Amino acid sequence: MITANFLLAGVGGQGTLLASDIVADIGMRVGADVKKSEVHGMSQRGGAVTSHVRWGGRVSSPLCEKGAVDYFIAQEMLEALRWIEFVKPGGTVLLSRQQIVPTSTVYGADQYPVDDHVVATIKKVAGTVLLIDAKKTAEELGNARVANSVLLGALSAQMGMPPDDWLAVITVRVPQRHVELNRQAFFAGREKDWRI
Amino acid sequence: MTKKQLLSGNEALARGAWEAGVEVAAAYPGTPSTEILENVSRYPEIYSEWSANEKVALDVAIGAAYAGKRAMATMKHVGLNVASESLFYASYTGVNAGLVIVNADDPGLHSSQNEQDNRHYAKFAKVPMLEPSDSQEAKEMVGAALELSEQFDTPVILRTTTRTSHAKSIVELGERKTLPKRPYEKNPQKYVMIPGFAKRRHPVVEERMKKLEAYAETCPYNKVEMGGLELGIVATGPSYQYARDVFPTASFLKLGMVWPMPKKLIAEFASKVKRLIVVEELDPFFEENIRIMGIQAEGKSIFPLVDEFSPEVVRKSAHAAGLIDAPPIEHQLDKGALPMRPPVLCAGCGHRDVFWVLRKLKVTVNSDIGCYALGVMPPLNASDTIGCMGASIGVAAGMRRGDLEGPNVAVIGDSTFFHAGMPPLANAIYNQTPFTTIVVDNRTTGMTGHQGNPSSGMTLHHDMHPTVDIEKVVRGMGVDEVYKVESRDLDDFEDAVKKAVKSNKPAVVIAYTPCVFVTSHPREAYTIVEEDCNGCTMCFRIGCPAIYKSTVMDDKHNRPKALIDPLACVGCGLCFDVCARQAILEGVLKQEATLTTHVA
Ligand SMILES: Cc1ncc(C[n+]2csc(CCOP(=O)(O)OP(=O)(O)O)c2C)c(N)n1
Repeated sequence: MITANFLLAGVGGQGTLLASDIVADIGMRVGADVKKSEVHGMSQRGGAVTSHVRWGGRVSSPLCEKGAVDYFIAQEMLEALRWIEFVKPGGTVLLSRQQIVPTSTVYGADQYPVDDHVVATIKKVAGTVLLIDAKKTAEELGNARVANSVLLGALSAQMGMPPDDWLAVITVRVPQRHVELNRQAFFAGREKDWRI
Repeated sequence: MTKKQLLSGNEALARGAWEAGVEVAAAYPGTPSTEILENVSRYPEIYSEWSANEKVALDVAIGAAYAGKRAMATMKHVGLNVASESLFYASYTGVNAGLVIVNADDPGLHSSQNEQDNRHYAKFAKVPMLEPSDSQEAKEMVGAALELSEQFDTPVILRTTTRTSHAKSIVELGERKTLPKRPYEKNPQKYVMIPGFAKRRHPVVEERMKKLEAYAETCPYNKVEMGGLELGIVATGPSYQYARDVFPTASFLKLGMVWPMPKKLIAEFASKVKRLIVVEELDPFFEENIRIMGIQAEGKSIFPLVDEFSPEVVRKSAHAAGLIDAPPIEHQLDKGALPMRPPVLCAGCGHRDVFWVLRKLKVTVNSDIGCYALGVMPPLNASDTIGCMGASIGVAAGMRRGDLEGPNVAVIGDSTFFHAGMPPLANAIYNQTPFTTIVVDNRTTGMTGHQGNPSSGMTLHHDMHPTVDIEKVVRGMGVDEVYKVESRDLDDFEDAVKKAVKSNKPAVVIAYTPCVFVTSHPREAYTIVEEDCNGCTMCFRIGCPAIYKSTVMDDKHNRPKALIDPLACVGCGLCFDVCARQAILEGVLKQEATLTTHVA
């Protein structure tokens, strides 16, 4: 039985919940007990969104424990830094190279952290860091919206899992007309070595 | 083969209602309970509605149960405060067909004004309460609650929390039960709560609680799971799940039936373990009631009284108290100050115009609950008080009577106006209290995800019914000073507020503040003309999430110019209105065909 804790973090509108639904479905497909938890409600209004997914034999808590996340999928640099404490020592971070600036940095004095600081801090916790050009790769394929499939492709490779179950779930979960593009994005993420 | 599906607690509750043969369901939206009725509405066998408020929803459900059909009312924790009058009389009258009240608490205040622990309502109103700890239980417990309701002639509360309502876990699906209607029989001694009749119902209620106490001893949702005898954990809901992870070798008593509590079962369990530890979020409800039974228990001396629990909160407390050896993992990192992402009014939200003007007028703002509550946030900083739904108008009247220095206005949304705004407005007219109420009418219940309400006329099933016209309502109530304006026209709106305030009478300004999820603005995205912008920051101060600091600096003042994100801007034009340098270009007018007024 495969046991794993996943944390996904992004900003309202980035598709964090859909991506985590996909991870949860894959867990069910490979026979794990699965729980998933997120807080929504305000995400539409520019808030941070996190989603926890757990696979295991019998999963109790629907939340991952701080310091126990195996795979952290960060869709945005600031959110990566915000939630890094959840990752277990030596865990894996998939970091999407994307910045979404909060309004408080516009009307106020707040500073958005620089990329080097984000990466250096993450490296203090994680054993493996993948810095993924998810948005750029997606845009090159023709649609920024498939960025999450780039990340999921990279995740599937990190976990050493064959692509079939992932593609089967993605096919059901994404809009019909975008299936092929998502498949391409998945493989673009899967086949490149993003480690830093 | 049984069908299994990953469902949220709320989806499972809806499924449970369908499987258990519920035929009438009513609710007023409120996070984290809203999705229950949204999911119920997909089952054509169930009549379901958004009611005007929670009390009305519960009365509708009570009436349906009296009439002989299984019924459900759902609401968030504070909704039960509003509906509590009805809960208390229904406890005395009992039901005919089963009645379940689903109540979703919000420890951690993910989207609420307080974190009250509604388990107290079960004890207070003398009704049974169940609490699931995952989606499978959530589904099953709807049926179990209805059985209990019919067997013991009582409403039953099914309590969830945000975590259980919104977390997903695997559920086995079942079939729908069809039940014969239980005919209604006239019985005023049971259903008419005049003092003489009610007095005779009270002993019936006390008798019922005794029987329920006996039932609790064998209720299948009160489960003993024996492990090591050093620690015996009593828990329910999500706390049970966290404790399972933190105390893998302990013994557990899981109380799926929260009230009444099984005295014998607890005593027996306590006698087997060395220490009885209660792991419960919010109030020491179990702990105190166990102590009243004369049984030693520890709880709040170890675990926090405030905020939502999580595995790390439980572990940290347990470790500090010496209950477990393994410390929590805490990375020591120097992250620096991270900018927060508090919720903000959407780009193009009509409420922004309202608060921009109110701030300029320097009036005291008694605001209310809804998206417009965000007007208090920087940079608008334009509200003085917010309490609970409907409080704006009553508090505004009180501040007037308290001789507040300078004028004050009440600000209330359309959904909130129909929920709890009409009685305090009637009061202001009746007592001729001179202040202005501004109804910010965006034709939707925005905060909870754009549900319909009497002002929009859109039902739970997205059918369009006749709207209840706020202007006619307030005129009919007797307000003479009524102004109806569009907030997008800042001058018109400002003028109306000034006149209303100056009238020195109970006055109402109905400001149409279109929700961008319902009606789109007529223009495409606006743009900054880089040469003309000198980085004065005026447009930054409206707090629009579509406006950014550019990397291009204004050389003269050495400050960043403004930039508009063309994907985020929805063309409202407030930035254009506030820009003193005419450095913003209007978006082009949209083609008529692309203008949407869609049903959210
Ligand atoms: C008693 C109670 N019920 C429900 C809620 C949840 N809730 C928060 S705001 C809101 C409605 C707001 O709608 P409206 O007044 O139209 O304002 P809008 O959000 O559309 O601006 C609701 C239902 C609550 N806070 N309290």
